[in-house]
Amino acid sequence: MRRLARALAILAVTGVAAFWYLTAPRSEPVENLTGLAGDAGRGALVFAAGGCASCHAAPGAEGAARLELGGGRRFASPFGTFVAPNISPDPEHGIGGWSVADLVNAMHHGTSPEGAHYYPAFPYTSYARVSLQDIADLHAYLLTLPPVARPSAPHEVGFPFNIRRLLGGWKLLFARHDGPVVKDVPPEAERGRYLVEGLGHCGECHTPRNALGGLDYSRWLGGAPNPTGKGRIPNITPAALDWSEADIAYYLETGFTPDFDSAGGEMAEVVKNTAQLSPEDRASIAAYLKAVPPVRDAAQ
Amino acid sequence: MSLKRSILTGVTIAALAAGGVWAASHGGPPPAVKARQAHMQLYAFNLGILGAMAKGEAEFDAEKAQRAANNLAALVSLDQTDYWVPGTSSAEVMESRLKPEMFENVADAMAKGKALQEAVMALQGAAGTLDGLRASIGPVGGACGACHKAYREPQQ
Repeated sequence: MRRLARALAILAVTGVAAFWYLTAPRSEPVENLTGLAGDAGRGALVFAAGGCASCHAAPGAEGAARLELGGGRRFASPFGTFVAPNISPDPEHGIGGWSVADLVNAMHHGTSPEGAHYYPAFPYTSYARVSLQDIADLHAYLLTLPPVARPSAPHEVGFPFNIRRLLGGWKLLFARHDGPVVKDVPPEAERGRYLVEGLGHCGECHTPRNALGGLDYSRWLGGAPNPTGKGRIPNITPAALDWSEADIAYYLETGFTPDFDSAGGEMAEVVKNTAQLSPEDRASIAAYLKAVPPVRDAAQ
Repeated sequence: MSLKRSILTGVTIAALAAGGVWAASHGGPPPAVKARQAHMQLYAFNLGILGAMAKGEAEFDAEKAQRAANNLAALVSLDQTDYWVPGTSSAEVMESRLKPEMFENVADAMAKGKALQEAVMALQGAAGTLDGLRASIGPVGGACGACHKAYREPQQ
Protein backbone atom coordinates (compact mmCIF):
# COMPACT_ATOMS: atom_id res chain seq x y z
CA MET A 1 0.00 0.00 0.00
CA ARG A 2 2.79 2.43 0.85
CA ARG A 3 4.48 1.49 -2.37
CA LEU A 4 1.34 2.30 -4.32
CA ALA A 5 1.04 5.67 -2.59
CA ARG A 6 4.66 6.40 -3.42
CA ALA A 7 4.18 5.39 -7.04
CA LEU A 8 1.13 7.61 -7.30
CA ALA A 9 2.99 10.53 -5.75
CA ILE A 10 5.86 10.12 -8.20
CA LEU A 11 3.40 9.90 -11.04
CA ALA A 12 1.64 13.06 -9.90
CA VAL A 13 4.88 14.98 -9.56
CA THR A 14 6.02 13.76 -12.98
CA GLY A 15 2.63 14.72 -14.42
CA VAL A 16 2.81 18.22 -13.01
CA ALA A 17 6.38 18.57 -14.22
CA ALA A 18 5.42 17.35 -17.68
CA PHE A 19 2.43 19.71 -17.75
CA TRP A 20 4.64 22.56 -16.64
CA TYR A 21 7.24 21.72 -19.26
CA LEU A 22 4.80 21.12 -22.10
CA THR A 23 2.69 24.22 -21.43
CA ALA A 24 5.65 26.60 -21.07
CA PRO A 25 5.43 29.59 -23.40
CA ARG A 26 7.82 29.16 -26.33
CA SER A 27 10.11 31.76 -27.79
CA GLU A 28 12.10 32.22 -30.96
CA PRO A 29 15.71 30.97 -30.99
CA VAL A 30 17.92 34.06 -30.87
CA GLU A 31 20.10 32.96 -33.80
CA ASN A 32 17.09 33.22 -36.14
CA LEU A 33 16.89 36.94 -35.42
CA THR A 34 20.47 38.11 -35.87
CA GLY A 35 21.03 40.56 -38.68
CA LEU A 36 17.31 41.25 -39.07
CA ALA A 37 16.68 44.94 -39.88
CA GLY A 38 13.20 46.37 -40.33
CA ASP A 39 12.03 48.78 -43.05
CA ALA A 40 9.12 50.96 -41.90
CA GLY A 41 8.03 51.70 -45.49
CA ARG A 42 7.55 48.02 -46.24
CA GLY A 43 6.07 47.59 -42.78
CA ALA A 44 3.13 49.82 -43.72
CA LEU A 45 2.04 47.18 -46.21
CA VAL A 46 2.53 44.38 -43.68
CA PHE A 47 0.39 46.40 -41.27
CA ALA A 48 -2.40 46.68 -43.85
CA ALA A 49 -2.19 43.02 -44.87
CA GLY A 50 -2.22 41.96 -41.21
CA GLY A 51 -5.35 43.98 -40.48
CA CYS A 52 -3.80 45.28 -37.24
CA ALA A 53 -5.87 48.48 -37.17
CA SER A 54 -9.14 46.57 -37.54
CA CYS A 55 -8.79 45.28 -33.99
CA HIS A 56 -6.34 47.59 -32.22
CA ALA A 57 -7.66 51.02 -33.30
CA ALA A 58 -10.39 52.54 -31.14
CA PRO A 59 -13.86 51.15 -31.95
CA GLY A 60 -15.33 52.96 -34.96
CA ALA A 61 -12.10 54.86 -35.73
CA GLU A 62 -11.85 56.25 -39.27
CA GLY A 63 -9.07 57.89 -41.28
CA ALA A 64 -5.94 58.89 -39.38
CA ALA A 65 -7.48 57.68 -36.11
CA ARG A 66 -7.05 54.12 -37.41
CA LEU A 67 -3.32 54.55 -36.79
CA GLU A 68 -3.84 55.28 -33.09
CA LEU A 69 -3.62 51.76 -31.75
CA GLY A 70 -4.79 52.33 -28.18
CA GLY A 71 -7.03 49.25 -28.27
CA GLY A 72 -10.34 48.94 -26.49
CA ARG A 73 -12.39 47.00 -29.05
CA ARG A 74 -14.33 44.22 -27.37
CA PHE A 75 -14.66 40.70 -28.76
CA ALA A 76 -17.33 38.52 -27.25
CA SER A 77 -16.71 34.75 -27.46
CA PRO A 78 -18.00 31.58 -25.79
CA PHE A 79 -14.99 31.83 -23.43
CA GLY A 80 -15.49 35.42 -22.32
CA THR A 81 -14.95 38.90 -23.70
CA PHE A 82 -11.50 39.83 -24.94
CA VAL A 83 -10.46 43.46 -25.12
CA ALA A 84 -7.90 44.51 -27.73
CA PRO A 85 -4.80 45.86 -25.96
CA ASN A 86 -2.81 49.02 -26.62
CA ILE A 87 -0.14 48.30 -29.26
CA SER A 88 0.77 51.92 -29.90
CA PRO A 89 4.43 52.83 -29.34
CA ASP A 90 3.66 54.34 -25.94
CA PRO A 91 6.53 53.00 -23.78
CA GLU A 92 4.37 52.48 -20.69
CA HIS A 93 0.97 51.35 -22.00
CA GLY A 94 1.88 50.14 -25.47
CA ILE A 95 4.75 48.32 -27.14
CA GLY A 96 7.26 51.20 -27.31
CA GLY A 97 9.75 49.13 -25.34
CA TRP A 98 9.44 46.00 -27.47
CA SER A 99 12.31 44.56 -29.48
CA VAL A 100 11.84 42.77 -32.80
CA ALA A 101 12.26 39.53 -30.84
CA ASP A 102 9.34 40.50 -28.59
CA LEU A 103 7.11 41.02 -31.61
CA VAL A 104 8.28 37.72 -33.17
CA ASN A 105 7.50 35.87 -29.94
CA ALA A 106 4.05 37.48 -29.81
CA MET A 107 3.16 36.79 -33.44
CA HIS A 108 4.80 33.39 -33.92
CA HIS A 109 4.38 31.86 -30.49
CA GLY A 110 1.66 33.86 -28.73
CA THR A 111 4.17 34.63 -25.98
CA SER A 112 4.39 38.01 -24.25
CA PRO A 113 7.71 39.74 -23.37
CA GLU A 114 7.07 38.68 -19.74
CA GLY A 115 6.79 35.07 -20.90
CA ALA A 116 3.02 34.61 -20.56
CA HIS A 117 0.63 33.05 -23.07
CA TYR A 118 -1.61 35.30 -25.12
CA TYR A 119 -5.19 34.27 -25.79
CA PRO A 120 -5.73 33.13 -29.38
CA ALA A 121 -8.18 36.01 -29.94
CA PHE A 122 -4.84 37.43 -31.09
CA PRO A 123 -4.45 35.30 -34.23
CA TYR A 124 -0.94 33.97 -33.64
CA THR A 125 -1.99 30.59 -35.00
CA SER A 126 -2.11 32.39 -38.39
CA TYR A 127 0.67 34.91 -37.78
CA ALA A 128 3.00 31.96 -37.08
CA ARG A 129 3.24 31.71 -40.88
CA VAL A 130 4.45 35.32 -41.29
CA SER A 131 8.10 35.72 -42.31
CA LEU A 132 10.62 37.10 -39.83
CA GLN A 133 11.46 39.88 -42.28
CA ASP A 134 7.81 40.97 -42.46
CA ILE A 135 7.65 41.07 -38.66
CA ALA A 136 10.83 43.14 -38.48
CA ASP A 137 9.39 45.55 -41.05
CA LEU A 138 6.11 45.72 -39.13
CA HIS A 139 8.02 46.42 -35.91
CA ALA A 140 9.80 49.34 -37.58
CA TYR A 141 6.49 50.71 -38.88
CA LEU A 142 4.59 50.35 -35.59
CA LEU A 143 7.22 52.49 -33.86
CA THR A 144 6.47 55.37 -36.28
CA LEU A 145 2.78 55.55 -35.22
CA PRO A 146 1.40 58.00 -32.66
CA PRO A 147 1.70 56.83 -29.03
CA VAL A 148 -1.54 56.49 -27.08
CA ALA A 149 -1.17 56.94 -23.31
CA ARG A 150 -4.05 54.74 -22.22
CA PRO A 151 -3.71 51.49 -20.29
CA SER A 152 -4.97 48.28 -21.87
CA ALA A 153 -8.21 47.04 -20.35
CA PRO A 154 -8.18 43.54 -18.81
CA HIS A 155 -9.96 40.68 -20.59
CA GLU A 156 -13.23 39.59 -19.03
CA VAL A 157 -12.68 35.86 -18.96
CA GLY A 158 -13.97 33.56 -16.24
CA PHE A 159 -12.63 30.35 -14.70
CA PRO A 160 -11.08 28.12 -15.99
CA PHE A 161 -10.22 30.14 -19.09
CA ASN A 162 -8.52 32.78 -16.96
CA ILE A 163 -5.70 30.34 -16.18
CA ARG A 164 -3.28 31.38 -18.88
CA ARG A 165 -1.02 28.38 -18.34
CA LEU A 166 -3.77 26.19 -19.80
CA LEU A 167 -3.27 28.00 -23.09
CA GLY A 168 -0.02 26.09 -23.38
CA GLY A 169 -2.14 22.97 -23.72
CA TRP A 170 -4.41 24.70 -26.19
CA LYS A 171 -1.41 25.65 -28.30
CA LEU A 172 -0.10 22.06 -28.22
CA LEU A 173 -3.45 20.84 -29.48
CA PHE A 174 -4.36 23.52 -31.99
CA ALA A 175 -1.44 25.74 -33.00
CA ARG A 176 0.15 24.17 -36.04
CA HIS A 177 3.72 24.83 -37.04
CA ASP A 178 3.84 22.59 -40.08
CA GLY A 179 3.89 25.21 -42.81
CA PRO A 180 1.04 26.06 -45.16
CA VAL A 181 -2.46 24.66 -44.67
CA VAL A 182 -2.96 24.03 -48.38
CA LYS A 183 0.23 22.30 -49.48
CA ASP A 184 -0.15 22.35 -53.25
CA VAL A 185 -1.01 25.58 -55.00
CA PRO A 186 0.07 26.89 -58.41
CA PRO A 187 2.98 29.38 -58.37
CA GLU A 188 0.68 32.36 -59.02
CA ALA A 189 -1.23 31.51 -55.83
CA GLU A 190 1.79 31.25 -53.50
CA ARG A 191 1.83 34.90 -52.49
CA GLY A 192 -1.93 34.74 -52.00
CA ARG A 193 -1.53 31.69 -49.79
CA TYR A 194 0.97 33.58 -47.65
CA LEU A 195 -1.44 36.50 -47.33
CA VAL A 196 -4.58 34.44 -46.67
CA GLU A 197 -3.11 31.83 -44.32
CA GLY A 198 -0.67 34.13 -42.54
CA LEU A 199 -0.97 37.90 -42.38
CA GLY A 200 -4.57 38.13 -43.55
CA HIS A 201 -5.62 35.49 -40.97
CA CYS A 202 -8.75 34.87 -43.08
CA GLY A 203 -9.14 31.36 -41.67
CA GLU A 204 -9.75 32.73 -38.17
CA CYS A 205 -13.28 33.75 -39.16
CA HIS A 206 -13.98 31.72 -42.31
CA THR A 207 -13.03 28.33 -40.81
CA PRO A 208 -15.26 26.62 -38.24
CA ARG A 209 -13.93 25.86 -34.75
CA ASN A 210 -14.32 22.93 -32.40
CA ALA A 211 -15.75 23.15 -28.87
CA LEU A 212 -12.39 24.31 -27.49
CA GLY A 213 -11.98 27.03 -30.09
CA GLY A 214 -9.44 25.21 -32.25
CA LEU A 215 -9.74 25.58 -36.04
CA ASP A 216 -11.19 22.60 -37.93
CA TYR A 217 -8.57 22.37 -40.68
CA SER A 218 -10.58 19.69 -42.49
CA ARG A 219 -13.12 22.44 -43.26
CA TRP A 220 -10.55 25.14 -44.03
CA LEU A 221 -12.32 28.36 -45.17
CA GLY A 222 -15.57 26.39 -45.34
CA GLY A 223 -17.63 29.01 -43.49
CA ALA A 224 -18.54 29.32 -39.82
CA PRO A 225 -21.13 30.77 -37.49
CA ASN A 226 -20.76 34.50 -36.99
CA PRO A 227 -19.38 35.12 -33.48
CA THR A 228 -21.78 38.07 -33.18
CA GLY A 229 -24.59 35.51 -33.38
CA LYS A 230 -26.24 36.87 -36.51
CA GLY A 231 -25.82 35.24 -39.89
CA ARG A 232 -22.87 33.14 -41.01
CA ILE A 233 -19.35 33.90 -42.17
CA PRO A 234 -19.49 32.52 -45.71
CA ASN A 235 -17.81 29.49 -47.19
CA ILE A 236 -15.15 30.92 -49.54
CA THR A 237 -13.91 27.62 -50.97
CA PRO A 238 -14.69 26.85 -54.63
CA ALA A 239 -17.64 24.71 -53.45
CA ALA A 240 -19.53 27.88 -52.56
CA LEU A 241 -17.71 30.91 -53.97
CA ASP A 242 -18.35 30.85 -57.70
CA TRP A 243 -17.04 34.35 -58.43
CA SER A 244 -14.36 34.70 -61.09
CA GLU A 245 -10.82 35.54 -59.98
CA ALA A 246 -11.31 39.04 -61.36
CA ASP A 247 -14.49 39.40 -59.31
CA ILE A 248 -12.71 38.32 -56.12
CA ALA A 249 -9.81 40.69 -56.72
CA TYR A 250 -12.21 43.54 -57.48
CA TYR A 251 -14.19 42.85 -54.32
CA LEU A 252 -10.99 43.04 -52.27
CA GLU A 253 -10.16 46.35 -53.97
CA THR A 254 -13.53 48.13 -53.82
CA GLY A 255 -15.89 46.06 -51.68
CA PHE A 256 -18.25 45.56 -54.63
CA THR A 257 -19.68 42.08 -55.15
CA PRO A 258 -20.24 40.89 -58.75
CA ASP A 259 -23.83 42.16 -58.57
CA PHE A 260 -22.66 45.44 -57.07
CA ASP A 261 -23.90 44.99 -53.61
CA SER A 262 -21.16 46.13 -51.25
CA ALA A 263 -19.27 44.49 -48.43
CA GLY A 264 -20.83 44.96 -45.02
CA GLY A 265 -20.09 43.75 -41.53
CA GLU A 266 -16.51 42.91 -40.69
CA MET A 267 -15.65 42.41 -44.37
CA ALA A 268 -16.10 46.17 -44.96
CA GLU A 269 -13.26 46.59 -42.46
CA VAL A 270 -11.18 43.91 -44.18
CA VAL A 271 -11.61 45.56 -47.59
CA LYS A 272 -10.16 48.79 -46.16
CA ASN A 273 -7.00 46.76 -45.64
CA THR A 274 -6.98 44.70 -48.84
CA ALA A 275 -7.62 47.90 -50.86
CA GLN A 276 -4.10 48.96 -49.82
CA LEU A 277 -2.44 45.85 -51.27
CA SER A 278 -1.02 45.78 -54.79
CA PRO A 279 -3.27 44.54 -57.63
CA GLU A 280 -0.87 41.59 -58.00
CA ASP A 281 -1.37 40.61 -54.35
CA ARG A 282 -5.15 40.74 -54.69
CA ALA A 283 -5.00 38.67 -57.88
CA SER A 284 -2.85 36.10 -56.10
CA ILE A 285 -5.33 35.89 -53.21
CA ALA A 286 -8.04 35.20 -55.79
CA ALA A 287 -5.89 32.49 -57.42
CA TYR A 288 -5.32 30.90 -54.00
CA LEU A 289 -9.04 30.84 -53.18
CA LYS A 290 -9.59 28.94 -56.43
CA ALA A 291 -6.91 26.42 -55.41
CA VAL A 292 -8.31 25.68 -51.94
CA PRO A 293 -9.98 22.24 -51.56
CA PRO A 294 -13.74 22.68 -51.89
CA VAL A 295 -15.71 22.25 -48.67
CA ARG A 296 -19.31 21.20 -49.20
CA ASP A 297 -21.80 22.80 -46.86
CA ALA A 298 -23.02 20.31 -44.29
CA ALA A 299 -26.68 19.37 -44.78
CA GLN A 300 -28.71 21.74 -42.67
CA MET B 1 -34.15 72.58 -46.58
CA SER B 2 -30.83 70.93 -45.87
CA LEU B 3 -30.63 67.16 -46.18
CA LYS B 4 -29.76 66.92 -42.51
CA ARG B 5 -32.75 68.93 -41.38
CA SER B 6 -35.08 67.12 -43.70
CA ILE B 7 -34.01 63.71 -42.39
CA LEU B 8 -34.24 64.87 -38.78
CA THR B 9 -37.71 66.26 -39.46
CA GLY B 10 -38.77 63.04 -41.10
CA VAL B 11 -37.46 60.95 -38.23
CA THR B 12 -39.24 63.18 -35.73
CA ILE B 13 -42.57 63.15 -37.55
CA ALA B 14 -42.42 59.41 -37.97
CA ALA B 15 -41.50 58.95 -34.32
CA LEU B 16 -44.51 61.06 -33.35
CA ALA B 17 -46.71 58.91 -35.51
CA ALA B 18 -45.39 56.09 -33.39
CA GLY B 19 -46.77 52.73 -32.83
CA GLY B 20 -45.76 53.06 -36.48
CA VAL B 21 -44.91 49.40 -36.62
CA TRP B 22 -46.03 48.03 -39.92
CA ALA B 23 -48.68 45.42 -39.39
CA ALA B 24 -47.72 42.13 -40.95
CA SER B 25 -51.27 41.76 -42.26
CA HIS B 26 -50.50 44.21 -45.09
CA GLY B 27 -48.34 41.56 -46.73
CA GLY B 28 -44.78 42.29 -47.81
CA PRO B 29 -42.50 44.87 -46.29
CA PRO B 30 -43.66 48.46 -45.73
CA PRO B 31 -43.30 50.80 -48.72
CA ALA B 32 -40.37 52.62 -47.11
CA VAL B 33 -38.40 49.37 -46.98
CA LYS B 34 -39.29 48.58 -50.60
CA ALA B 35 -38.26 52.09 -51.59
CA ARG B 36 -34.88 51.74 -49.86
CA GLN B 37 -34.24 48.40 -51.52
CA ALA B 38 -35.25 49.76 -54.93
CA HIS B 39 -32.96 52.72 -54.43
CA MET B 40 -30.07 50.37 -53.60
CA GLN B 41 -30.81 48.37 -56.75
CA LEU B 42 -30.58 51.51 -58.84
CA TYR B 43 -27.17 52.20 -57.30
CA ALA B 44 -26.13 48.62 -58.05
CA PHE B 45 -27.32 48.81 -61.67
CA ASN B 46 -25.39 51.97 -62.43
CA LEU B 47 -22.33 50.86 -60.46
CA GLY B 48 -22.45 47.63 -62.43
CA ILE B 49 -22.03 49.54 -65.71
CA LEU B 50 -19.04 51.43 -64.31
CA GLY B 51 -17.56 48.45 -62.50
CA ALA B 52 -17.60 46.25 -65.59
CA MET B 53 -15.51 48.89 -67.37
CA ALA B 54 -13.19 49.38 -64.39
CA LYS B 55 -12.65 45.62 -64.12
CA GLY B 56 -11.98 45.34 -67.83
CA GLU B 57 -14.99 43.11 -68.48
CA ALA B 58 -16.56 45.73 -70.72
CA GLU B 59 -14.85 48.12 -73.10
CA PHE B 60 -14.60 51.64 -71.77
CA ASP B 61 -17.31 53.86 -73.25
CA ALA B 62 -16.92 57.42 -72.01
CA GLU B 63 -20.49 58.46 -72.78
CA LYS B 64 -22.05 55.43 -71.16
CA ALA B 65 -19.80 55.81 -68.12
CA GLN B 66 -20.79 59.44 -67.77
CA ARG B 67 -24.47 58.56 -68.01
CA ALA B 68 -24.14 55.99 -65.23
CA ALA B 69 -22.12 58.39 -63.07
CA ASN B 70 -24.71 61.13 -63.64
CA ASN B 71 -27.44 58.73 -62.57
CA LEU B 72 -25.56 57.91 -59.38
CA ALA B 73 -25.15 61.62 -58.71
CA ALA B 74 -28.89 62.10 -59.23
CA LEU B 75 -29.64 59.17 -56.92
CA VAL B 76 -27.49 60.45 -54.06
CA SER B 77 -29.19 63.83 -54.41
CA LEU B 78 -32.67 62.43 -53.79
CA ASP B 79 -34.26 63.42 -50.51
CA GLN B 80 -34.51 60.11 -48.64
CA THR B 81 -36.15 61.52 -45.53
CA ASP B 82 -39.17 59.30 -45.78
CA TYR B 83 -37.21 56.10 -46.50
CA TRP B 84 -35.46 55.92 -43.16
CA VAL B 85 -38.30 56.05 -40.69
CA PRO B 86 -38.68 54.40 -37.28
CA GLY B 87 -40.60 51.16 -37.29
CA THR B 88 -38.81 49.91 -40.40
CA SER B 89 -35.68 48.35 -38.89
CA SER B 90 -34.84 44.66 -38.68
CA ALA B 91 -36.35 44.68 -35.18
CA GLU B 92 -39.79 45.36 -36.63
CA VAL B 93 -39.73 44.21 -40.23
CA MET B 94 -38.60 40.76 -41.27
CA GLU B 95 -37.44 41.85 -44.74
CA SER B 96 -35.45 44.79 -43.38
CA ARG B 97 -31.70 44.61 -42.82
CA LEU B 98 -31.56 48.08 -41.27
CA LYS B 99 -30.06 47.86 -37.77
CA PRO B 100 -32.18 49.67 -35.18
CA GLU B 101 -28.96 51.32 -33.94
CA MET B 102 -29.14 53.72 -36.87
CA PHE B 103 -31.91 55.61 -35.15
CA GLU B 104 -29.66 56.18 -32.15
CA ASN B 105 -26.86 57.48 -34.38
CA VAL B 106 -28.66 59.69 -36.87
CA ALA B 107 -25.85 62.28 -36.96
CA ASP B 108 -23.31 59.58 -37.79
CA ALA B 109 -25.56 58.05 -40.45
CA MET B 110 -25.95 61.52 -41.97
CA ALA B 111 -22.18 61.96 -42.02
CA LYS B 112 -21.81 58.63 -43.79
CA GLY B 113 -24.45 59.69 -46.32
CA LYS B 114 -22.55 62.89 -46.94
CA ALA B 115 -19.33 60.95 -47.46
CA LEU B 116 -21.11 58.88 -50.12
CA GLN B 117 -22.35 62.06 -51.81
CA GLU B 118 -18.81 63.42 -51.95
CA ALA B 119 -17.38 60.18 -53.32
CA VAL B 120 -20.09 60.03 -56.01
CA MET B 121 -19.52 63.66 -56.99
CA ALA B 122 -15.82 62.91 -57.41
CA LEU B 123 -16.74 59.89 -59.55
CA GLN B 124 -19.06 62.01 -61.67
CA GLY B 125 -16.20 64.41 -62.32
CA ALA B 126 -13.75 61.66 -63.21
CA ALA B 127 -15.82 59.08 -65.11
CA GLY B 128 -14.87 60.53 -68.51
CA THR B 129 -11.60 58.60 -68.59
CA LEU B 130 -10.86 54.99 -67.70
CA ASP B 131 -8.07 55.95 -65.29
CA GLY B 132 -10.32 58.51 -63.63
CA LEU B 133 -13.09 55.96 -63.29
CA ARG B 134 -10.76 53.33 -61.85
CA ALA B 135 -9.35 55.74 -59.29
CA SER B 136 -12.67 57.16 -58.15
CA ILE B 137 -14.93 54.11 -57.95
CA GLY B 138 -13.03 52.54 -55.02
CA PRO B 139 -13.87 55.37 -52.61
CA VAL B 140 -17.54 54.99 -53.56
CA GLY B 141 -17.36 51.33 -52.54
CA GLY B 142 -15.67 52.39 -49.33
CA ALA B 143 -18.47 54.84 -48.56
CA CYS B 144 -21.11 52.16 -49.25
CA GLY B 145 -19.25 49.76 -47.00
CA ALA B 146 -18.86 52.23 -44.14
CA CYS B 147 -22.61 52.52 -43.76
CA HIS B 148 -23.28 48.83 -44.39
CA LYS B 149 -20.73 47.91 -41.77
CA ALA B 150 -22.34 50.11 -39.15
CA TYR B 151 -26.03 49.83 -39.93
CA ARG B 152 -26.82 46.80 -42.07
CA GLU B 153 -27.55 43.39 -40.62
CA PRO B 154 -25.60 40.46 -42.05
CA GLN B 155 -27.35 38.34 -44.64
CA GLN B 156 -29.26 35.48 -43.06
